[in-house]
Amino acid sequence: MTVAQENLEIVPRGADDAAKFEGVQTPFRRFLSDFCESKLAVLGFVVIVAITLVAIFAPVLAPTDPYDLATVSVLDGRLGPGEAMMSGVTAHLGTDGAGRDMVSAMIYGLRISLGVGIGSGVIAMLIGISVGLFSAYAGGRIDSVLMRVVDIQLSFPAILVALILLVTLGKGVDKTIIALVFVQWAYYARTIRGTALVERRREYIESAVCLGLSERRIIFRHLLPNCIAPMIVVGTMQVAHAISLEATLSFLGLGMPQTEPSLGRLISNGFEYIMSGKYWISVYPGIALLVTIVSINLVGDRLRDVLNPRLQK
Amino acid sequence: MKPWRQLGLAALAVAALSTPVQAADVVIGMRSEPSSIDPYFHNLGPNNAMLGQIFDRLTDWTPGMDKIIGRAAVSWKAINDTTWEYKLRKGIKFHDGSDLTVDDVIFSFERADAYEGGNSSFRTYTKGKTLKKVDDHTLHIITESPYPLMPNDTTTVMIMSSEAKGTGADGKNKGISAKDFNDGTAAVGSGPYKFVEWKKGDRIVLEKFDGYQGPLAQPWDKITFKFIKAEPARVAALLAGDVDMIDNVPTSDIERLKKEPKVSLSSGVSNRVIYLHLDQFRDTSPFVTTKDGKPLDKNPLKDPRVRKAISMMINRDAIVERVMEGVAIPAGQLLPDGFFGRSSKLKTEAYDPKGAKKLLAEAGWGDGFGLTIHGPNDRYVNDAKIAEAIGQMLSAQGIPTKVETMPKNVYFKRASKGAEGGLPEFSFVLVGWGSGTGESSSPLKSLLATHDPAKGMGASNRGRHSDPRVDDLLGQALATVDDDKRGALLAQTTDIAIGENQGIIPLHYQVNTWATRQGLKYNPRADERTVGIDLVPAN
Amino acid sequence: MSVFIIRRLLQAGLVVVVMSFIVFSGVFMVGDPVEILVSDDADQEERERIIQSMGLDKPFIVQYGLFVAKALQGDLGESFVFNEPALLLILDRMPATMELAVVALLIAVVFGIPLGVWAGLRPDSLASKSIMTGSILGFSLPTFWVGIMMILLFAVYLGWLPSTGRGDVQVILGMPISVLSWDGFSHILMPAVNLALFKLSLVIRLARAGTREVMHQDYIKFDRAKGLSDARIILIHVLKNIMIPVVTVLGLEFGGLVAFSVVTETVFAWPGMGKLLIDSIGQLDRPVIVAYLMIIVFLFVFINLIVDILYSLLDPRVRLQDVKA
Repeated sequence: MTVAQENLEIVPRGADDAAKFEGVQTPFRRFLSDFCESKLAVLGFVVIVAITLVAIFAPVLAPTDPYDLATVSVLDGRLGPGEAMMSGVTAHLGTDGAGRDMVSAMIYGLRISLGVGIGSGVIAMLIGISVGLFSAYAGGRIDSVLMRVVDIQLSFPAILVALILLVTLGKGVDKTIIALVFVQWAYYARTIRGTALVERRREYIESAVCLGLSERRIIFRHLLPNCIAPMIVVGTMQVAHAISLEATLSFLGLGMPQTEPSLGRLISNGFEYIMSGKYWISVYPGIALLVTIVSINLVGDRLRDVLNPRLQK
Repeated sequence: MKPWRQLGLAALAVAALSTPVQAADVVIGMRSEPSSIDPYFHNLGPNNAMLGQIFDRLTDWTPGMDKIIGRAAVSWKAINDTTWEYKLRKGIKFHDGSDLTVDDVIFSFERADAYEGGNSSFRTYTKGKTLKKVDDHTLHIITESPYPLMPNDTTTVMIMSSEAKGTGADGKNKGISAKDFNDGTAAVGSGPYKFVEWKKGDRIVLEKFDGYQGPLAQPWDKITFKFIKAEPARVAALLAGDVDMIDNVPTSDIERLKKEPKVSLSSGVSNRVIYLHLDQFRDTSPFVTTKDGKPLDKNPLKDPRVRKAISMMINRDAIVERVMEGVAIPAGQLLPDGFFGRSSKLKTEAYDPKGAKKLLAEAGWGDGFGLTIHGPNDRYVNDAKIAEAIGQMLSAQGIPTKVETMPKNVYFKRASKGAEGGLPEFSFVLVGWGSGTGESSSPLKSLLATHDPAKGMGASNRGRHSDPRVDDLLGQALATVDDDKRGALLAQTTDIAIGENQGIIPLHYQVNTWATRQGLKYNPRADERTVGIDLVPAN
Repeated sequence: MSVFIIRRLLQAGLVVVVMSFIVFSGVFMVGDPVEILVSDDADQEERERIIQSMGLDKPFIVQYGLFVAKALQGDLGESFVFNEPALLLILDRMPATMELAVVALLIAVVFGIPLGVWAGLRPDSLASKSIMTGSILGFSLPTFWVGIMMILLFAVYLGWLPSTGRGDVQVILGMPISVLSWDGFSHILMPAVNLALFKLSLVIRLARAGTREVMHQDYIKFDRAKGLSDARIILIHVLKNIMIPVVTVLGLEFGGLVAFSVVTETVFAWPGMGKLLIDSIGQLDRPVIVAYLMIIVFLFVFINLIVDILYSLLDPRVRLQDVKA
């Protein structure tokens, strides 16, 4: 099994091929121009930046605070797009069943979805990097035991593992992040171990060892920077995956609580209205979710092509 | 493109298939699946609804729960303080052709009473009763003390054939396992419909019993119950013509379905009241805080004036109108109009934020305090949204309220005994209660009587309301056979427990809605049951 | 060789034991099944009786011990809700899930390989770019959302296909099969497509990547020089080369399909194992939850074991490496 999955892995097999191409261009420039060849990917990147800014500045941008129960009122519930709420604010995309302005709810929902996706991704990445590097560096029995654990973890589908975890943990932002970290860390661990093993055998590490540099310095100054490329690729894909998984879990009735809806939760709240013609409650958050995930995946996809030179002509 | 053309052909074929093959067959899309065909395995709504079509009971409720009618029994009366006499209908046959006699009734009660391994037994209804055969069609049920609720109790226990699996079977549950019922071997009743098959997770099929004797109608030759748990999927199945009726129509779809010409709706008020329990037993309550969320050294909820004020802050009309989309009735007590043991004095609390603030100030809480409301999110119609709406209303009136909802499987454990010492964990909870006996004694006994496991009182009293006057009056009512006197006592108990003490805050009575395809109608049932026999052709 | 297989068997056994403990203790911590099952009218005494009859009054370790002792004899406990052996309940539902997964897999392969090969042969054409962007959509669209949209479109709006459920089945060799009758087929079509979407994108990508790699190889250039037709080159060389990764990955992903059918089955009310799991979670039917997970764990460990053994047969290095470790 190990072999089968390693085939699919994103290891910069041709890291030294890339070096050959270096000439006038700096690697970063080259990367940039390669990346920009795909207009879709550039568009995706722009969208991601915009979405991230919206999420960060949610409290400033949102017309109302959808989490302040004293101002949200059921009397505003299920208003159509463009109708005015009691407070006088126009709900441009309508309101949901509890009377939250959809624009505000989506902006805040985006914040939660992105927060959960990126937050769990970063934590999983940190854990994955530590385990992966340790495993690669320690080698021998420790390495084989750790990788066996990783293999076993990866052989179970993420949805199932997350489902079980959330059944036991309950609802909430923190619990959802824990579950998502749990299903993601192993991807990072294996990717980084693979990369590190390749890199460790290279001359520059060997010369660093000969120079008598400390292990810590070798790992953090030399080994780690060379693992960044595959980490970025895996990271982007995993964030998209995490956001989608969170939405699915919310749909199954687990994941985020009702009063702090993520995009997935908003869709599933609106799902019950979809047959009644109140499409805006689930369709707009659905579109926001799709745009987010597709943009991230477009960028991730391009990154993979660009950072994996073997596929280049 | 080829696949598309094929899909087009497919569409034609489906259209041809989905036209009704036989007018006398009907398919019903239901939310909840029974857990067994064994009539005593699980005392649960979906089971009691489904199995009541296969098995007779001695007595039964009319759909509106306003009257008890005889099914296997033709008449019943109390012949003295402690004995009820039931006369059985003559000529009743079981589906296997054998006769139904008093022996079968006694056999059934014995199996129900001693049932082992079930999920929730009928012992509540069989306990303390001795059954005596007088002749094949006369039965005496004897209790130790006067027992007014006998006809109500006999609407629960179903009657199975004592020869369902040969005679004289011994051992656990009379030698008949739940599996014997589920595969049809022992599922022999005398009701209007015969059991055909149960594909778990998918469907149950029933077939008309030609030899049926009794008051119930048999409008269909074959009834198929399909279990579709997801709300939109159920509505979609009706609109797509896959089923002829669905139950538990989501409130969000009612408005749209009303406009749909191929669908008609039937709705009826149920015996279920949605209400709030408030912590009345702790001096400091875990989820009552200061306005900024710090612990509070007093529990304002112990003061009836505060409870009353909270009740006045709730805009019940807004909840009914906006959250329930008009399908609920604002509540002022335990059961809606037309049920037994209601108080005629109690009115639905009017929305009065000013009066509420005044009352709060009188009680010394004019500056307000903080609360958390806990509720389930998958138990009652729109439960989580109701909790959220209440959170909004209290927050807007100076009691900042957090809302926490959770799946019922976690919620009820915590609400009943989540705190140390098996005490209720929460301070302010949203719950519902459907009166199994059809009168207010059931909720009074379980929700408002002093919590006392030994006596079986206050079993679900999650706010621990306690008033000796209530206990005393209720005790009297439960031992009064005379209906008029008992009704008056129950009304008086309700007046004290809710009117004076505000032991709970009633919100609304649930209204259940069924949707049928055009040309059919459903007689809405107050007990929330979905059965084929109440689905009839319109006109 | 036998050393290798014994090692792997032991490891697999260890995984099953560890997972059983994790799953059992996880499920044990949640909620109170009695509160769900018991009727509103039940009094305290009644509740106590049910707790005892389910064995819930015993300490956790005792409960787990009893579970293991029974599990070793092939008994995974009785469902709290149905009072029937949990294992039988699940096995009863298994054919429906398996059929759904197999049909989804077929859809993924039958549509995915031609699309992927096409995209790989002409990487810069518009069609190829559309296919690839489409496959990104396939990765990105949450399954439940697509399912809902499909029901709305094909069942409600167009009325072409039934919205939910399984329809007629034919029993072949004791296995109920849907696809043989039109009614059954029309019921399985939407859920199977829904479940297939993700894997379809995966197959497209694998096929495209494989094709692109192969097309750059010298022997293809040689074949071309020899004057072999494109069709022949594709059939012989390209397909042969891409089938290996596709088949391997799909073998591994089959378990994923079974697991992911939880979502599809919930949306389409498909009476399979996944729907049983979600229903059981809602009702806290612990024995069924645990039994389901044990079966899945078993399935996965089994699939991985087979793959490992096959690899060790094909590639002796794997075997040596493992023995050394």
